[in-house]
Amino acid sequence: MAKSDYKGIWVFAEQQNGKLNGTVLELLAKSQELKEHTGEEISAVLLGKNVSHLADTLFAYGADKVILVENGALENYSARPYEAALTQVAEKYKPSIILYGATSLGRDLAPRLMVSLNTGLTADAIDLGFDKDEVFYQTTPAYGGSILAHIVILEARPQMATVRPMMFEPIEPRVGAKGEIITETVTVEADPDYEVLETAPKQDTGDSIEGAQVVVAGGRGIKEESDLTALKELAELLGGKLAASRPLVDNGWLPHEKQIGQSGAAIKPKYIFNIAISGSVQYQVGMQNSGCIISINHTKGAPIFDISHYGAVADYRSVVPALVEEIKRRKA
Amino acid sequence: MKILVFVKQVPDTDDVKLDPKTGNIMREGVASKLNPLDANAVEAAIQLKEKYGATVCAISMGPPQAEEVLKKALALGCDEAYLLSDRAFGGADTLATSYTLAMAAKKIGGYDLLLFGRHAVDGDTAQTGPATAAQLGIPQITLASSIDVQDGYVICDRVLEDSVQKVRAKLPALVTVTAEINQPRYPKPINIMKALKKPRFVWNAEDLGADKTRTGIPGSPSSTKEVLEPPKRNADTKYFSGSGEEIAAQIADMLHDEHLI
Ligand SMILES: Cc1cc2nc3c(=O)[nH]c(=O)nc-3n(C[C@H](O)[C@H](O)[C@H](O)COP(=O)(O)OP(=O)(O)OC[C@H]3O[C@@H](n4cnc5c(N)ncnc54)[C@H](O)[C@@H]3O)c2cc1C
Ligand SMILES: Cc1cc2nc3c(=O)[nH]c(=O)nc-3n(C[C@H](O)[C@H](O)[C@H](O)COP(=O)(O)OP(=O)(O)OC[C@H]3O[C@@H](n4cnc5c(N)ncnc54)[C@H](O)[C@@H]3O)c2cc1C
Repeated sequence: MAKSDYKGIWVFAEQQNGKLNGTVLELLAKSQELKEHTGEEISAVLLGKNVSHLADTLFAYGADKVILVENGALENYSARPYEAALTQVAEKYKPSIILYGATSLGRDLAPRLMVSLNTGLTADAIDLGFDKDEVFYQTTPAYGGSILAHIVILEARPQMATVRPMMFEPIEPRVGAKGEIITETVTVEADPDYEVLETAPKQDTGDSIEGAQVVVAGGRGIKEESDLTALKELAELLGGKLAASRPLVDNGWLPHEKQIGQSGAAIKPKYIFNIAISGSVQYQVGMQNSGCIISINHTKGAPIFDISHYGAVADYRSVVPALVEEIKRRKA
Repeated sequence: MKILVFVKQVPDTDDVKLDPKTGNIMREGVASKLNPLDANAVEAAIQLKEKYGATVCAISMGPPQAEEVLKKALALGCDEAYLLSDRAFGGADTLATSYTLAMAAKKIGGYDLLLFGRHAVDGDTAQTGPATAAQLGIPQITLASSIDVQDGYVICDRVLEDSVQKVRAKLPALVTVTAEINQPRYPKPINIMKALKKPRFVWNAEDLGADKTRTGIPGSPSSTKEVLEPPKRNADTKYFSGSGEEIAAQIADMLHDEHLI
């Protein structure tokens, strides 16, 4: 098969318990741009049982078609049945691109498709596009934090990527939009060798940074653990949460759930304070879409200032305690 | 029980230089270490061995220097080490890497449990584990924060975005572990000495019976086309200046204008 025989942009419509994952709408939004470039149709591939009601949402958020694969073995996610089902439909329709959210489920499943379809898979892309040679690329941060890499899959098809959550805004829903639903039957059986014994909601420590409207993050420039008290106080005064770049998690001052970035949480608060954080690419991908970015760093030209709306070139030890006092005074 | 644990040698720094032409890592002169999560995978294997008895084989694909991480794995308690080393393995993406690792697993044979780190700190794709499970057609448990083996099943807790699961998979199965699973031990000097006497094997593509069109660069559909500087996004940053108190007052004014205080 020539690679030009592969056509269509596919978004894996991750759902659990009949609810679409947020990444699906983000990927459908980005696919609009890809479609403008290639003219290829966008299909959402929906696997599950009794999930056809999700098709309308997929059309509203940008899918031209929905490929619906319903089967009892697909009711709850399990790697091997999902691998088998998706492989069968991908081999039949031969899309040129398949995108997955870089969620725990997407990252469990997509590598298996890479093997079954014998193609490439880019991990955790932060952007997608076509370069000057008309080649489809996926952007990922590379070592050191100051470089981005364009990964490409030149010959093999489909070109696949997992894409980091929170990178793109869903489009305004097109109310009442309709498209074609293609119902596919596949041969799959539930995996007799894999079983979910228990599922429990994650215990809410009340301290999660995901969903917080205000975040105050500290970095490697924080001199002593006790200095975090002032950062935490600032966060609490503003109704927000304390967070960190990786070094403060690596050295054990804060738990991993507090880490922002590529190997931590991707967040989009209304306000984020970066205190003594340089702004590596790996950090930025976790927070660059925040509403208002305020940074305090004593090094002029620190990369974090490039994405900041407000900055202060100063020692945090002179600013943060003063700011806490100032806010308390104004609130009093 | 036979446990295979897969370990990767990674640069001992975040500050790795990339070859501007190829986008590959310039390894020359950079100190390296055992990928941190692979130390957790080794620890999990050794704890299972201590509890139930097992032969633990450590496997690494890499240049001859990757021997070092295998010696460390032996010093920590692994029984045998396998270095997969061949020029034909160089430049592999995760498809080619998983093919090569799976060929080694097949050649060693008789495995019950394959242990991986969730991700390596350098390439950081977290794809090698699940891809190797697919190559072998076995079930996988990714993101394991605990592990036990009972009645022919491996049982793990998994911490997901907003739930925790307890799952089990029938052996043979593959598990990728997170840092929460255990606290890796340090090798004792005496065990470092003893490690040198344990069996170590070096296998190339022929030894594995590997198809060289499926290893290294020829077997890798993905590649780095370009490396670039991140774009500057906000050129019109508004700066506050003055003493600490003056800056604090300006920030407070801004927060006030934004109705945050
Ligand atoms: C695969 C991979 C994944 C990664 N994932 C993540 C991730 O998820 N999250 C993450 O954060 N990092 C991640 N990193 C690490 C990342 O590359 C950087 O090393 C890290 O983000 C740096 O953190 P930092 O900005 O706090 O520290 P540094 O880069 O050391 O910056 C400290 C800053 O503090 C400033 N400073 C020092 N003293 C003061 C003071 N008294 N007052 C004011 N400013 C001061 C300095 O000017 C400096 O800019 C990852 C790296 C790799 C290779
Ligand atoms: C900047 C950059 C971006 C890349 N992006 C991609 C990409 O998007 N897609 C892609 O397919 N490849 C990519 N690669 C190539 C990829 O890094 C290599 O294929 C590498 O061999 C797999 O390593 P990883 O660090 O991704 O491993 P991970 O999949 O993150 O490692 C998980 C676990 O697999 C095991 N493991 C990994 N490598 C070995 C080994 N050599 N020997 C033994 N056990 C091992 C370890 O247990 C490890 O903890 C990229 C490389 C670079 C330099």
